[in-house]
Amino acid sequence: MKKLFITLLAMVPALAFAAGPSLPLDSANNDLADKESLKRGFKAYINYCLGCHELQYQRYNRTFADLGISDEEGKAEWMYTGEKVGDHITNSMPAKEAAQWFGSAPPDLTLEARFRSPDYIYTYLRSFYTDENRPFGVNNTIFPDVGMPHVLQNLQGVRTKDENGVLSPAVGGTMTEQEYDAFVRDLTNFLEYVGEPNKLERKELGKWVIGFLFIFFILSYFLKKEYWRDIH
Amino acid sequence: MNNFLAWIEARLPVMEAMNKHVLQYPAPKNFNFWYFFGSLAMLVLVNQILTGIWLTMNYEPSGDGAFASIEYIMRDVDYGWLLRYMHSTGASAFFVVVYLHMFRGLMYGSYQKPRELLWIFGMLIFLVLMAEAFMGYLLPWGNMSYWGAQVIISLFGAVPVVGEDLATWIKGDYVISGATLNRFFALHVVALPLVLVVLVFLHILALHEVGSNNPDGVNIKKPKGSQKPEELSKFKFHKQYADKYDIVDAIPFHPYYTVKDIMGVAGFLIFFCWVMFFFPEGGGYFLEAPNFTPANGLKTPEHIAPVWYFGPFYTILRVVPDKLMGTILMFAAIGVLFALPWCDRGTVKSIRFRSKWHLLNLTQFSICFIALGILGTMPASDIANLIGTIATIGYFGFFLAIWIYSKNENTKPVPERVTK
Repeated sequence: MKKLFITLLAMVPALAFAAGPSLPLDSANNDLADKESLKRGFKAYINYCLGCHELQYQRYNRTFADLGISDEEGKAEWMYTGEKVGDHITNSMPAKEAAQWFGSAPPDLTLEARFRSPDYIYTYLRSFYTDENRPFGVNNTIFPDVGMPHVLQNLQGVRTKDENGVLSPAVGGTMTEQEYDAFVRDLTNFLEYVGEPNKLERKELGKWVIGFLFIFFILSYFLKKEYWRDIH
Repeated sequence: MNNFLAWIEARLPVMEAMNKHVLQYPAPKNFNFWYFFGSLAMLVLVNQILTGIWLTMNYEPSGDGAFASIEYIMRDVDYGWLLRYMHSTGASAFFVVVYLHMFRGLMYGSYQKPRELLWIFGMLIFLVLMAEAFMGYLLPWGNMSYWGAQVIISLFGAVPVVGEDLATWIKGDYVISGATLNRFFALHVVALPLVLVVLVFLHILALHEVGSNNPDGVNIKKPKGSQKPEELSKFKFHKQYADKYDIVDAIPFHPYYTVKDIMGVAGFLIFFCWVMFFFPEGGGYFLEAPNFTPANGLKTPEHIAPVWYFGPFYTILRVVPDKLMGTILMFAAIGVLFALPWCDRGTVKSIRFRSKWHLLNLTQFSICFIALGILGTMPASDIANLIGTIATIGYFGFFLAIWIYSKNENTKPVPERVTK
């Protein structure tokens, strides 16, 4: 009988290999608890991404509340197009025309960090290189033939790919490599937050629930033992 | 108060039923770890129904609104994220406990005479549960929901002559659309839960009629008058059981198994909450990544994988080159479970007293089932196909082998009484 269980248990690690092919991604090392980073990421998103990519499931005032921004401050400094604070974070890009401009409409990014992963976003935004064969003159190592232009190119600078597939260091950007990585990390952090605004709350609550359950389990164990004392 | 209770009792025998099924129900005293999963399945069922009701209050069953309403629940509804994760984690947990509950039945021969009908009700619950889970999986209207449903519904198209019409009839449209979503919603929240609750009720009634099996597979109800008075269980059992049999080695379900099951519930909830609060996506197996993008009939996910609990049956479908044969074999894999009480011609129930052949057969069956499950979540390849074919043969081989060796099986002597 025991052998059977051991055999079954031994099968479990095989599950780990069940995942599909994976791309070599850089680790974003972002920190959801770092509100200043989230604010910088939010700012970057509004300035560089929101024109094309909506966050149609996330509201402004929810974001303000979670990031420690008051509604008044948010209205004055974070909202540029006259929406109400309870509105979803959207843009006015017409989807049909956008599909013609870019090949496909720029996707909503509310859940991008859950669909891909934070590491994917972090790597993707740092993996553009010059490719004259593409409509916008750039390509991406982890998203071949991407339809999106390199919006952050004036920050990062230009990278080229040599015949071995290795990207050159960026030249001509307004940021150093460290500054650019930090900038992308903030943006990634913000997108992970937007993907699941309750993530920190969930983990915090989870600790309390599991702590309670351990105590409850111990009590229920002794209760059972007490009742079963006479049963042999 | 007592008068009031007596008044009720005369019109509806509530206490009588309580005594018969809970307070004076004779349960074998030697239940082990594997006997937790029946009560846990009930717990998860209640969890699914309650969280389901509250999710329904904010869910919008339409092609345009479904995906957004899930995100509304996740973001704008107070503790909506918790309800949603309880429900999604609960779906996977349901199959975990049901598979373990079924495995317990296999190990201890709980499907054998006189428990055939009990087993069949259990299998019907399993079947309805799979339909319930399949329809529920479409409701978030994510891209994997859409394409998963697409793959499964298209199987009906393999039926000769009427196939395509049948698939259209199921979808309510020529493609999977809001119409499909709406009917799946109706079935998921009303029809199938009703059927499920009725079947669970019958499953328990059938159990109490024939009595619980136990890890030794030894009957605790002996012929009336066959036991010395001092051997009888010292507890008071309901007359329906005590008048007919001499009951040995039994204890009343309440309080003994209620307190024990509470402990089981606490232990289970530690695992359940650990997953729900810290890994609600279950590593991409409980909530699949492509489901974080809305359903899109023009954009197929890179790799369409069923949720893990359908994996074994999906692999059986895939290893057969012909679509119709594959579909038949997949349904046969579930159908053959119904026939198990008649495939097994043995009279010794528990694996503890059965032959080495049976231990070997059950072991290979378990390995094949797990292998089929793992392969079901992986992309198809030649090697996966080969292993899947072998495991499919092993799966069906279990039933053939048990039919052969159980006739004249070299079993160990079964004790008169439970061993512990």
